[in-house]
Amino acid sequence: MGIQNPREVYGRTLVEMGRENPNIVVLEADLGKSTMSCYFEQAFPERFFEMGIAEANMTSFAAGLSLTGKIPFTNSFAVFAAGRAFDQIRQGICIPGLNVRIVGSSCGLSDFGDGSTHQSVEDIAIMRAIPNMTVLVPADGNETRVMTRAMADYSGPVYMRITRNDLPDVMPENAPFAIGKPHLIRQGGDVVAFANGQMVSAALAAAEILKADGIDLRVVNVSSMKPVDKAAIASLADGMKGIITAEEHSLIGGLASLIQEVFQGRCVPMKAIGIEDRFGQSAHS
Amino acid sequence: MLKETNLYSAAEKPDIKRLQLIARRIRLNIIQMVGVGQRGHLGGSCSIADVVTALYFSKMRHDPANPSWADRDRFLLSKGHAALVQYSALAECGYFPREEMLKVKRCGSMLQGHPDLKSTPGIEANTGSLGQGLSIACGIAAGLRIDGRNSRVYCVIGDGELDEGQIWEAAMAASAFKLDNLVAILDCNGLQAMGRVIERFNTNPLPEKWRAFGWHVLEIDGHNMNSIIGALDEVDGIIGKPKMIIARTIKGAGISFAENRVEFHNGQLDRAQFEAACASLAADPYVSERNDR
Repeated sequence: MGIQNPREVYGRTLVEMGRENPNIVVLEADLGKSTMSCYFEQAFPERFFEMGIAEANMTSFAAGLSLTGKIPFTNSFAVFAAGRAFDQIRQGICIPGLNVRIVGSSCGLSDFGDGSTHQSVEDIAIMRAIPNMTVLVPADGNETRVMTRAMADYSGPVYMRITRNDLPDVMPENAPFAIGKPHLIRQGGDVVAFANGQMVSAALAAAEILKADGIDLRVVNVSSMKPVDKAAIASLADGMKGIITAEEHSLIGGLASLIQEVFQGRCVPMKAIGIEDRFGQSAHS
Repeated sequence: MLKETNLYSAAEKPDIKRLQLIARRIRLNIIQMVGVGQRGHLGGSCSIADVVTALYFSKMRHDPANPSWADRDRFLLSKGHAALVQYSALAECGYFPREEMLKVKRCGSMLQGHPDLKSTPGIEANTGSLGQGLSIACGIAAGLRIDGRNSRVYCVIGDGELDEGQIWEAAMAASAFKLDNLVAILDCNGLQAMGRVIERFNTNPLPEKWRAFGWHVLEIDGHNMNSIIGALDEVDGIIGKPKMIIARTIKGAGISFAENRVEFHNGQLDRAQFEAACASLAADPYVSERNDR
């Protein structure tokens, strides 16, 4: 099992796509060496826009580019991409359903040194609440690659959050990826864990520990937060004694909320693992 | 490069009298859309009516029969609350039947309270959350440039809207990217929702600010059709920077009782006011006199 950095994979994938599709354009808010949009800048300077530290303008500017048939990818940290530019995403992009791709990098707690100002605990909740928005959370480098490619071809606005950290591969390389489908990645007969992002590999590690205790954990990667195949989610819990959700996000509005929405009206034991209703903090050591 | 089927840019020399008459009709449509006893953004729609008329009926290359014509000039109303003036112009151009105008803001209408590109033919962007339209216009201008198209992008912003920080982000971006296919027109009517701009939140001095941000700046009387056409033509020749036309206007212009009155920012007309406004626009040469001076 390999280890990859999703940001690195994302940056390289943008260049691949840029080679194949002249309509791909990339916008950056002065974080290109972190988001890895710097590779696209080197390869296609004429289709790269350094927008400065001005996320609101970057986001509306991307809306304008999409109105001329371009496929813009905007880049910043998740906390700014979803937070500072919320109104621009809502008004100018999601209401008309434009093909803008918003990539929130260093998501969740992964910018561990910078503390609460830079740690996005609520970006999925914000983005998921906007009508017309698609919300994606890759679990590893392999999924980041196929997801980034799927975003380019998709119709309508898309938000993808990617972590700053290296992640172990949990998905096969170049597996077909369809927006909306949950992925069963570990069979198990007792309890199902719905996880996304870096909590998928954590759930797989937990499954090994639980095995020693005689508990057979099923692990499902819910990388498409919206739209989501609710029937598929429901059937993946058939026969299970309970449901666990695991996410690097607030328990309000993210995966725990999504799974509760799917199972509302049913009596299912459920345990949510995530960030309590609070901000993060710096944690260099 | 003009397209043969374009009705509105065919005139080699703009017919100022004709444009003045159209502007009066645009205002009459606005009054009819506001109607009696309903709130409507009359003031800011009328202040920019002459500029909008000049653009749609003389300056811009566009084709109402083919709203998505790739080489069209684009018009964005960043101060989207003044949608009535744009709806009026679009209807007069034939983008949709005039009957649609009177259904404005009704449930299910193609004419929403603010411009909506998915609902209305001829609308280029969703604007009205103030401060965003100029950024969208910049993005369109940049996209057109990548494609090597000669289309121009016109964007009307309001003077109250200048309070929004994003306007100044866009101002920096437009000059950083040297977007010389972008023309912004500032509807400088001096009033925002709560009162006079200089008393509520003073954003002056404006020409100096825009020049400092790297724009080519002109100031005109925004109700003088000759000046408007002259400015729009003049900025075509400016290369390497975005252009700002500061149009000094009167809020509610052309509706005598509403001029410079903040209560008509989003006001109601009673029956007598409605009838007086309709009668004066139908008969009174008031607007064209203003334009002649």
